[in-house]
Amino acid sequence: MSFHVETEQKNSVLCVRLQGELDHHTASAVRDKVDEALANPQIKHILLNAEGLTFMDSSGIGVILGRYKKLQARGGELVICTVSSSVYRLLEMAGLFKVLRLEEGEDHALRTLGEAV
Amino acid sequence: MKNEMQIQFSALSQNESFARVSVGAFIAQLDPTMDELTEIKTVVSEAVTNAIIHGYNENPAGTVQLIVVLEDDTVAITIRDDGKGIGDVEQAREPLYTSKPELERSGMGFTIIENFMDELTITSGDQKGTTVYVKKQLSKNKVVSH
Ligand SMILES: Nc1ncnc2c1ncn2[C@@H]1O[C@H](COP(=O)(O)OP(=O)(O)O)[C@@H](O)[C@H]1O
Ligand SMILES: [Mg+2]
Repeated sequence: MSFHVETEQKNSVLCVRLQGELDHHTASAVRDKVDEALANPQIKHILLNAEGLTFMDSSGIGVILGRYKKLQARGGELVICTVSSSVYRLLEMAGLFKVLRLEEGEDHALRTLGEAV
Repeated sequence: MKNEMQIQFSALSQNESFARVSVGAFIAQLDPTMDELTEIKTVVSEAVTNAIIHGYNENPAGTVQLIVVLEDDTVAITIRDDGKGIGDVEQAREPLYTSKPELERSGMGFTIIENFMDELTITSGDQKGTTVYVKKQLSKNKVVSH
């Protein structure tokens, strides 16, 4: 199974694009890649683009919450965009929309975080 | 008609996707909806991951057993491990409860399983291994195609 995490920094925002199936096996790749990027103190927010995510289970919820906690310490926000209906259902079930904001597309989400596209 | 399959595999995290794909391929003969397929794959992923992480502490010497029984429009799945077991099953079923917060577990596994299936039975005990049995009736009102 191929899984891919792409990160791109846009000033204070770290864009994280996920491709493939996010489970316990692949969650560590997300954790490692994002935490490595978060070593840069300039980054305040994370924009998680879930467009390429074809599957997610509760391990995905755990890795998202873990990153949210790291951002909280620096007063940042976690925004998620382009989620499928099944991923939406899981996030909803876990109450994640209390802590993260859902937006439609990456460009729009970036603007809500004060970054020009 | 009854149709049954069984597989067993090492407690390795790369087998989580193998388990999902195998069950998905087997239940395809019942022509599930996309939602039903996703729900069942998610449930298999949750229970298999639990066996690997909690049951066996990710020790690949452990074996996870997976049994799927199809009967009419019903899918019944058993996920079994001979790992460390669950001392307090009631507590384990509570939303957000996890015994491994240091591994960034969300404690949502059993809650998701309960939500996606019609029936969930957990048989376990301290040092007794764990058997998770789930059942789901697929929707019948689909367009019949031949
Ligand atoms: N197969 C298993 N063997 C031993 N303990 C288990 C097993 N499955 C679940 N548990 C226990 O039940 C708890 C809740 O499981 P779950 O809802 O999937 O949450 P999580 O996996 O995120 O901890 C686990 O933290 C663990 O203590
Ligand atoms: Mg779990």
